[in-house]
Parts: sequence; structure tokens; C-alpha cells
Amino acid sequence: MFYRIAGQYKTSYHTDYALFPVKQDAWLLALILLFAFVVFPLTASDFMFRALLIPVLIYALAALGLNILTGYAGQLSLGTGAFMGVGAYACYKLITIFPDLNIIVAIALSGFFSAAAGVAFGLPSLRIKGFYLAIATLAAQFFLLWLFQKWAWLYNYNASGAIQVPNMQLFGVTVAGAQAPVLAQYFFVLIVVCVITMFAVNITRGRIGRTWKAVRDMDIAAELVGINLMKAKLSAFFVSSYIVGIAGALFVFMWRGAAEADLFDIQLSFRVLFIAIIGGLGSILGNYLGALLIVALPVLIGTVPAAFGLPISSAMVEHLNTMIIGALIIGFLIIEPHGLARFWALIREKLIIWPFPH
Amino acid sequence: MEMLHSILVAPFADMAEAPDFFLQVVWEGLVSGVLYALIALGFVLIYKSSRIFNFAQGIMVVFAALTLVGLHENGVPALLAVPLTLVVMFFLAVGIERVVLRPLVNQPDIILFMATIGITLFLIGLGETIFGGANKIMITEQLGIPTGSWVLEPFGGFVSIEQRDMTAVVGAVLLVIALLLFLNKSKMGRAIRALGDDHQAALSVGISLSTIWVLVWFISGIIALATGIVWGARAGVSFALEVIALKALPVLMLGGLESVTGAIVGGLAIGILEKVFEIYWGQPLLGGNTEAWFAYMLALLVLLVRPQGLFGEKIIERV
Repeated sequence: MFYRIAGQYKTSYHTDYALFPVKQDAWLLALILLFAFVVFPLTASDFMFRALLIPVLIYALAALGLNILTGYAGQLSLGTGAFMGVGAYACYKLITIFPDLNIIVAIALSGFFSAAAGVAFGLPSLRIKGFYLAIATLAAQFFLLWLFQKWAWLYNYNASGAIQVPNMQLFGVTVAGAQAPVLAQYFFVLIVVCVITMFAVNITRGRIGRTWKAVRDMDIAAELVGINLMKAKLSAFFVSSYIVGIAGALFVFMWRGAAEADLFDIQLSFRVLFIAIIGGLGSILGNYLGALLIVALPVLIGTVPAAFGLPISSAMVEHLNTMIIGALIIGFLIIEPHGLARFWALIREKLIIWPFPH
Repeated sequence: MEMLHSILVAPFADMAEAPDFFLQVVWEGLVSGVLYALIALGFVLIYKSSRIFNFAQGIMVVFAALTLVGLHENGVPALLAVPLTLVVMFFLAVGIERVVLRPLVNQPDIILFMATIGITLFLIGLGETIFGGANKIMITEQLGIPTGSWVLEPFGGFVSIEQRDMTAVVGAVLLVIALLLFLNKSKMGRAIRALGDDHQAALSVGISLSTIWVLVWFISGIIALATGIVWGARAGVSFALEVIALKALPVLMLGGLESVTGAIVGGLAIGILEKVFEIYWGQPLLGGNTEAWFAYMLALLVLLVRPQGLFGEKIIERV
């Protein structure tokens, strides 16, 4: 109905492979960006930013990184949390060693540290596959977490063992630290996420993305047609861990404000994996839908009993919350194993041919 | 030079100097190894028969132990609580098969893996809602498990062996023998192995997929209960137990995902080696707590040489 594609002729190969083959897609994106850049900043409260908008964006970015590795290159990883940690600790060290460093540069550089860690732990993927590889990435998760706890240099020998984000300015506005206004942080995260998403969309559409998909679908066949497996797999680990590391730096610098090693435990890895899978493996859009669901849902469930005036203790709410999320994950997997992105694709298809059924 | 000495020579000198302490460390490692092997066994059974990587095995251990203790707290005699817990585990197996596995037949492995993580979260929430999040004490004495300890004196030294650990080891050995007999000699056991070899061939000779799935999940439940009792006797029953499930993963990697032998050998090897490494290398040189990652690194190194684990089926790939 809103998606009528009549009259949009594709007269060349080039237009067929354009970023937005259907005009309405571009309008929809413009509408979403309008909301993100104008409407939310004007209307949302501080609580909304802190509890909902900023975490959704950061989790979506982490899931995007994981999705490149798992959804596009087919290498299952359970070490995302630790790679986020590498990004966060690298950013912290960069900023404390070079206090004058621009925060954008620091965050961009910290991604390279987690990318290096990712490639190092990605090396076994050349020999190990499937679940064996997934467990191998757990080695990264536990080893790095242990390193964050034991290597005191990483947190500057603080007695608490935690890293504390200093106040940092960008163009005269405080964007990180305790005094930073939440709106500035929101815009910072939003812009970083937009830039990286744009990059991810294009890299997965292009030559590199196609080699990843070939490796995912069948690595031996891909090797036979001349794809360099080592290059393809390690580049996937590199790009994925880079994005995950940046998400980790944003996680601490723009949202939590302080972090201990335990923040990056395996639960974080699983949460990001849930987002990627519920959103849809092998899709960019899915990460945002998944993050919206996984982050927003607990917030909503937490407010429901209070709204009805039910006398439930907060511990009980948390227990019920865990239970409901577990049930929802199973439910979503049963209804649509390919994730929310597939849901949207089906709806879009229906809208295009509406009112006809076929 | 000094560093090389402290890595390569000093630990062995320590071992030779106090052989009784070394034996004690090995015994402690062996006991945790038995528990890792038990959990890994639950994984292997389910993986063998359905290619599901069952992440929920750890929480099933907790859930079984909590149910047992919870029933006892509500006045059920200990010896009656055990069969009642088994009934609960049976219904859990039926429920999981009906609600989760049946609709997801033929989905990719990763989807089923995620579904078992969903089960894990659900059971954590359910367990906490019913039994509360507090730490509980396992009803060791009521179940007739001795709690004293023996003292041996080899090499003129001193090694103490807790009787409940001995019970755990003996119990685990009996359980494994029973399981192997069941898998190799009984009709149902053969059906399970047939299903593991080839789903469609097994279906075509009349083996019921859902019956077998309920059965293997129930057997995993029994193993979970046994693990829960022995581990709970050592460390108390709490949701922290769930992390030992993560310890079973490198065991699986080391032994191979499909191999019962692999689970046992891998479990014992990892249990002993990680304890020895922690005491002689980890604490003096690396600041301790190396048990968190040692097993994974060891398994990773083994996998680089043998990608299917020590006892796994050779992976043959065709294009």
C-alpha cells in the first residue's frame, strides 16, 4: 500500500544494485533518522535516554559487530563481551596515557586493539569449525576477563580495580564523565552508530561481504572457487572485533561511566548473541530490532507490576523477568527462527503487493 | 634464566619435595574432574542422539539439586525426595521435548543451541521464583552419605580424603558403568545410538524420535541430579553451580563432542591438570585464579592438533 513500487523502473544494472532499490525504503529510513535526530532529543526524558535509547544503540552496535562474524562469515563466537572489554580498557589506557587525545580518535584507535585480539583468537578458526570454534572463543572470554582482573596496569593500579571515566570535552561540550549532559552523549553515540552502520552496510554488500557469505555457506566450496579462506575469515574477525571494541568503548565511556572486569562477563556475550539471533543473523536491520526487544523489554516488564499496583518485591520482578525473557527467546525462535528482520521482510513484501494476495 | 628456572624447574622440585601434598592436589583435581566428566556426559548423551548442543545441562544440575533440597525442606523424607525429584526431572524432559524441541526439529544447530540458552534462562527464573535465590545446604547426611574423612600417610606425609568425595567417585563410576551397559546392551540404548548415527535411517526402521528425545533428556536429568548431589555436598546448592557447566565445555572439546569415553577422560584430565597448574604455576607466577581459563586454553591447544578432539568422530567434509 505505502510500498507501491509501480512506476519505479530499473533500466540499468547499476540501479538494480543501488543502496535503495525501492524509493520508499529511503523515505522510511529518513523518517527513522528524523525521529532519532530531532524528535527524540526534543521529547525524551533523561530516564529514556539512560535506560532505553543509549543502551539500545550501543547494544545494537555490538550485535552488528557480532553479526558480521556470525551472520555473514558464519563463525560462531561467544567471546563478544571480552572483546568489548578490550575496546573499553584500551580506550581508558589511551586516554590516561595521552590526556590531550581527542575522544573520537581514542575510540577509533581502541577498536584496533580489540581487532588485534579478535584476529589472535580467530586464528584457530582456520582449523576448527562450528561448536568447537564457539567453545574456543570462550577461551578468549575467560582468559581476557582474567587478564582484566589481574593485570593492574590496565586499570592504573586503582584500589577498587575499576576504571573510572574522566570528564572529556569535544568541541567545548563535555561528552564523557560524570558531568556530561545525557543529550551530548546520545548524539555522540548516535553519530558513531550511524557512521559505522553505513560502513557495515556497504562492506557487506561489496566484494568482501560476498566472500564472507561464500565462506559462510560452504567454506570448502569457497576455497575451491579461489577465495582465500584465511584472508576471508581473519578479515571477518578483524572487522567484527573492531566494531565490537568500539561498542565496548562507547558502553563504558558514554553509558556506564565506570566499569569493572565483571561487567564484560559471559552474560554480556550471550546478551549480544541473543540480540543478533533474535534480530536475525545476516542482516543489519535485525540488530536494531533485536536490541530494541532485548533492552526495552526488561524495562517495560519492570514497570508493569507497579502500574497495576501489584505488591511484588523487586527481587521477584527480576526472577520473573529472567523467566519471561527465556520463554520469549524460545517463543521467537519457534515462530521465526530467522529473526525479526525476516518478519519485517515479510511485512514489506505484503505491503508491496497489497491488496492482492500474490 | 631465573624466569625459565621458575617455570621449568621450580614447580617440579616442589612436587618432588612434598609428594604427599602433590597427591592431595591430584586427588582434589580428580574429584572435580569426576564432576566435570559427569556434566560432560549429560552433554554428550544429548549431542549424540539429537545434535543439540545442550547449554542447559548446568542449570539442570542446579534445578535438580534445588528441587531435592526444596522437597526435603517442605517435610518430604530424604529417601522419598530423590524419586520425587526424578519424577520432576522426567516431566521437565517431557515439557522440553513438547514445547521447545518438537517445533524446532530440523532447524540449524545454532537455533537449537540458542533455544537451550532460552531454557537455561527460563529455568533460572523459575528456580529462583519457586525456591528463592538464597544458598541452600545439600542434605548430605539425610541421604546416608558419610561425611568423615580418612587420613593416609604415604611417604611419611599426610593426605586427607573426604569420605563424601570417595562416595562421589564411586557413585560416578557406578553411574557410568550403568549408562554404558544401558547404551550398549539394551534395546533403547541401541535405538539412541542408531538415532545418533543417522536420523532418517533410524526413523525408517520405526524408532520414535520424540520418545528417544524424552528418554535422553530424562537420563541427562538423572545425571544432573547425581552431579547436583555430589557437587552440592561440597559447595552448597546455589545458582553459582551453573558456572560449572561452562567448565564442562572444554572437557567436551578435549574429548570430542560425541564420545562418552572422551567425556570421562577429558573430564579427569582437565580436573587434575588445572588443579596442578593452579597450585604449582598459577599461584606463584600468575597471581592465581588460573582455573578460570586454563581448561579452555588447554582444549584450544589440543584442538589445533586434533580439530575433532581426542576421541571425536573424524570430520569428513564433502563439497
